[in-house]
Amino acid sequence: MVSYIPAIWAAILGAAVALYVVMDGYDLGVGMLFPFAKSEAERDQMMRSIGPFWDGNETWLVLGGGGLLAAFPLAYAVVMPALYLPVIVMLLGLIFRGIAFEFRTVSRSKKMWNAAFAFGSTVATFSQGLVLGGFVQGIKVENNAYAGGPFDWATPFALFCGVALCIGYLLLGATWLVMKTDGAVADQARTRAKFLLLGVLACMAMVSLWTPFAQPRIAERWFAMPNILYLWPVPVVTALVAFWLGRSLEKGREIAPFIATIVLFLLGYLGLAISNFPYLVPPSVTVWQAAAAPASQIFLLLGTLLLLPIIIGYVVFVYWVFRGKVKAGESYEH
Amino acid sequence: MDFDPVFLARLQFAFTIIFHIIFPSFTIGLAAYIATLGTQWLRRGEDRYLVLMRFWTRIFAVSFGMGVVSGIVMSYQFGTNWSRFSVVAGNIVGPLMGYEVLSAFFLEATFLGILLFGFNRVPPWLYVVSAGIVAIGTLSSSFWILAANSWMQTPAGHEMQNGVAVPVDWLQVIFNPSFPYRLAHMVNAAFLTTGFVVLAVGARYVLGGRFVEEGRTSVRMAIALLVVLAPLQLFIGDQHGLNTLKHQPIKVAAMEGHWDGSKPGDLHLFAWPDEKAEKNKFEISIPRGASLILTHSLDGKFPGLKSVPPDQRPPVVTVFFAFRIMVAIGLFMIAAALFGALLWWRRTLFDTRWFLHILAQSWWIGFVAVISGWVVTESGRQPWLVYGILRTADATSPVPSASILSTLILFVLCYGVVFAAGIYYINRLIAQGPRGSAQVTPEPAISPIGGARPAGREAINK
Ligand code: HDD
Ligand code: HEM
Ligand code: HEM
Repeated sequence: MVSYIPAIWAAILGAAVALYVVMDGYDLGVGMLFPFAKSEAERDQMMRSIGPFWDGNETWLVLGGGGLLAAFPLAYAVVMPALYLPVIVMLLGLIFRGIAFEFRTVSRSKKMWNAAFAFGSTVATFSQGLVLGGFVQGIKVENNAYAGGPFDWATPFALFCGVALCIGYLLLGATWLVMKTDGAVADQARTRAKFLLLGVLACMAMVSLWTPFAQPRIAERWFAMPNILYLWPVPVVTALVAFWLGRSLEKGREIAPFIATIVLFLLGYLGLAISNFPYLVPPSVTVWQAAAAPASQIFLLLGTLLLLPIIIGYVVFVYWVFRGKVKAGESYEH
Repeated sequence: MDFDPVFLARLQFAFTIIFHIIFPSFTIGLAAYIATLGTQWLRRGEDRYLVLMRFWTRIFAVSFGMGVVSGIVMSYQFGTNWSRFSVVAGNIVGPLMGYEVLSAFFLEATFLGILLFGFNRVPPWLYVVSAGIVAIGTLSSSFWILAANSWMQTPAGHEMQNGVAVPVDWLQVIFNPSFPYRLAHMVNAAFLTTGFVVLAVGARYVLGGRFVEEGRTSVRMAIALLVVLAPLQLFIGDQHGLNTLKHQPIKVAAMEGHWDGSKPGDLHLFAWPDEKAEKNKFEISIPRGASLILTHSLDGKFPGLKSVPPDQRPPVVTVFFAFRIMVAIGLFMIAAALFGALLWWRRTLFDTRWFLHILAQSWWIGFVAVISGWVVTESGRQPWLVYGILRTADATSPVPSASILSTLILFVLCYGVVFAAGIYYINRLIAQGPRGSAQVTPEPAISPIGGARPAGREAINK
């Protein structure tokens, strides 16, 4: 029984990170779309559509980081020094993004905080892509500690992941606006989403080709004999979902594009998980090696099993309170 | 100056945590105050409470936002700069912070959405309940993070296996010897800090002749609270110190500037501890005062700094002065609260303008006391990071100085901008006042059950 617990924790953290990517992904995407809005009123409308949610969304990142420290302290202690600069730059990006919400509403000239919002969102997203890339390409570990230099993560692949994640979050942001706003903002978002979808598909194809070529262990995972029989549906389903997303955008659907984008993200995420399991720090530290003491994992697991359903309950409640579209010109005021 | 990575990591941690703690010190108390105003509004139905509630909520939003973003930085500091610490103490500190996320951060962050944006969307009772939930979240957050910090001060309930601390008894881990004192002292500190801000803002309005009604309500509510909490803080702090004497005697020796444990300790009102000569210069002291406070006897003895070798002593000057700043502010708070209560009782509070002027200028004292208190606690623990288990110098990450220095500079620059703008906006919101520009008129906004409300109120009043 005890030997399953690290796997349960890996699943919980995996789910927390997936929720973070999807939920803060749309916030950050809206942030990156900010400079393209045509007027201050449009920007107000965009910001209002995420105002009540962003803080809760960001908290999944805290759960991801805090949960990693609690359940897999060794992985936390290796990954953070290895990805030191991208992680800290991401945090700084999140700072500017976060304070922009409040500062923008209270300041007279909105220009500066518009810029901070867009800049912070972009920097944070790009850095998250770097972190993802640095993680997938592997981290050098000796004696249970990071053994590389400060710029080991800086490879073409990681930079590509940075750009790819920006495009991905932009798509999430655009389809969110299609769902949650009306008028010109929603129309522009729909047009942009179509282009962004093409970009996202190109990026997913690139990553799918690049990682197996660069990492033999990943090639083996996907193409070795029995595996390929189980795994071929993943790319096929991805293609079908992309098709559904494209169609729903064409047909003027409002909710379906956002849902389809989420599914698309989750499939990409699943692909990454398949490529890297059971490594928590590829290519050397596994889920079991990095696990905290059983007493620690069990203690927090009990709390998680009790509290997480309650959390999901009230998160859903708040989304329900703020259901419906944010109309142009209307405000939730505060 | 040579840049050793341990020094830089400490500097970065100290800078980011001091920046962070400024906001909790204010938001913990303010959340409770806002919830109290909301409850008063529901119970009495008087507009001034709603007006004040909405006003402070806007200020709360700005400070809370800064607290959140600087807090997220903190939860990654343990990995980026203190990865050895994460390995050695992660089994214990990790789950405690995990509980903080699950039981506090989600609660705060989610219901904040309703508090900030939900006024027209939910019934008044739910709006006020959301404020209450945010307040409970901030307290729950304090509970868990202070459990983690207190365990680092007075570790208990664990055993060491291969150099790693492994939990044995979680109740002992959480309720470790210094935790109850630290929790009480810090939460009370947060309430005092907020109390003085509210008091200062209220005094400013009364003096300026604008929003006089709201200003008076604020001053009265604040004084009623402070006259209880300020003396209480002296009592809790005293107990806290006695407990520290039991578990970290050298920290207390540094606070008191007490070098020679073979003699009773004097209470130094002022001195300059000289760490090389191992004695104090320029002493102004009450003979045996420290012994009286700490041992309740004029002849009582307690360990001096010289009882351990110099490399096991904390930075004495820092601890010594930080402690005096905190206590001086604590005593000023007591004096101000008692005098204010006296004037209130004699019905001259709002005519004693010189006193209101002092109050209006003292909004910052709580913040300085909180930071000083934390410097006493954390610097006093040196050279240990986890007392008796892990030295600070052994706890860092394999990260080169250049990375730490460059990110430190980035933090200083970014926080500088954020802080300057934050203070400026908060100040402007205060200047605009409770009935300032963007304020909605409360009446029509009570829509959802507004019609039923006056009738209900009458029924209750009968
Ligand atoms: C006594 C209380 C206290 C102390 C000692 C600390 N904090 Fe804090 N923290 C809070 C009280 C608080 C709070 C009241 O819950 C905050 C402050 C304002 C706010 O927005 O929530 C918060 C916010 C906050 C957040 C953002 C939560 C969110 O997303 O809503 C994080 C991740 C942390 N903190 C982490 C830390 C860490 C790692 C600390 C130690 C090194 C720390 N805090 C010290
Ligand atoms: C009035 C007299 C006061 C006394 C005698 C006192 C005593 C103490 C002592 C002994 C400590 C160190 C405990 C340790 O590390 O073991 C401490 C820490 C601290 N003090 Fe005070 N204090 C007083 C007033 C205040 C005030 C007015 C504030 C803030 C408004 C404050 C805020 C803090 C904080 C935040 C800490 C660090 C956290 C902790 O260890 O509790 N103190 N205090
Ligand atoms: C929020 C209140 C806190 C404040 C204001 C605070 C303040 C400080 C300060 C001023 C230092 C530098 C001390 C020195 O170098 O002489 C420090 C160090 C440190 N504190 Fe705290 N601290 C707080 C809470 C915590 C908590 C909750 C933890 C852990 C759970 C923690 C862990 C550390 C660590 C790892 C260091 C770095 C090592 C060191 O230099 O001591 N602190 N803190």
